[in-house]
Amino acid sequence: MIAVEEPRPAIDHAVLTNRLIAACRDVIATREADLCDLDRAIGDGDHGTNMRRGMDALAAESRQLAAMPLSEAMSRAGTILVMSIGGAAGPLYGTFLMELGAALRNVEAWPEALRRAVAAVARRGKSAAGEKTLLDVLYPLRDEVVRHTPLPLLAQRVQGFAEMTIDMQAMRGRASFLGERSIGHMDPGAASCALLAATICRELAEAGIE
Amino acid sequence: MTVNSANVGIVIVSHSPLVARGAADMVRQMVGNSVPLAWCGGNPAGGLGTDTGAILKAIDEAWSEAGVAIFVDLGGAETNSEMAVELSGEARASRIVICNAPIVEGAVIAAAEASGGASLAKVVATAQELSPS
Repeated sequence: MIAVEEPRPAIDHAVLTNRLIAACRDVIATREADLCDLDRAIGDGDHGTNMRRGMDALAAESRQLAAMPLSEAMSRAGTILVMSIGGAAGPLYGTFLMELGAALRNVEAWPEALRRAVAAVARRGKSAAGEKTLLDVLYPLRDEVVRHTPLPLLAQRVQGFAEMTIDMQAMRGRASFLGERSIGHMDPGAASCALLAATICRELAEAGIE
Repeated sequence: MTVNSANVGIVIVSHSPLVARGAADMVRQMVGNSVPLAWCGGNPAGGLGTDTGAILKAIDEAWSEAGVAIFVDLGGAETNSEMAVELSGEARASRIVICNAPIVEGAVIAAAEASGGASLAKVVATAQELSPS
């Protein structure tokens, strides 16, 4: 008898979208207070609550998002975050998803789409690497994706990217008003970004995506 | 009294609805209904913060063919206003400027300038003279 390799089951994108949204919402809900604490140290203390509101808004439209083509779902999810978060994080995360959606619509490969989305976040925030923002997670994350780092490994590494912001001095946002006193605290935007990125990497890996 | 919608419109965006409303009151005291004016403040849940949807609505309320000058307080108000300008469509976006000026003084001086029929560029330049670049 000839051994036939079992075909891998096709990925059900609707199921995956629902799972990703639920997982992102869960991790933010669990860490809402921690994110607020980080923000209270160097900002206005509402980052966890704002992100929670954004994730709840995504979860409320999860089924509709899951029924859309991927690029369209990304754009719509971006708009939902812009309209619901209510802080600078709204336009930053929203722009990331909208740009990702637009790039995927033009059939760009994932690393290129991610590169564009990260560049769009930098433009939106008028910021660069090393300024103690979520970009300090997004840039190294992008580089790892370009290098095809396995997703489970990437999920472990992203927290380290956020920790790099502890020693940085804030140059953007309200934390920059503190000058050198912003050193010694993790940036809340970098923290939420690392939580979400790790969660997404784990979920994608579990779904059999490489 | 009807608003003179031919003049440049003023939008005030603060993290606090009280600040935004107070600044708008000061503008009205100065120029009455001679310029289109709208304000918004607070996040979508009603707490301190800014709301892109509310900013879009304010732009709509204060819309003038001569353009709109937006005054903001802190970073999030600026970023959310930039997002709102982009979402308002290309035709409008080119006629909206987010001013680099103090929110209260900027809005009042800009409104005074706008009430005389000045162009958007002149209104913005007058307000921005308050902020040494």
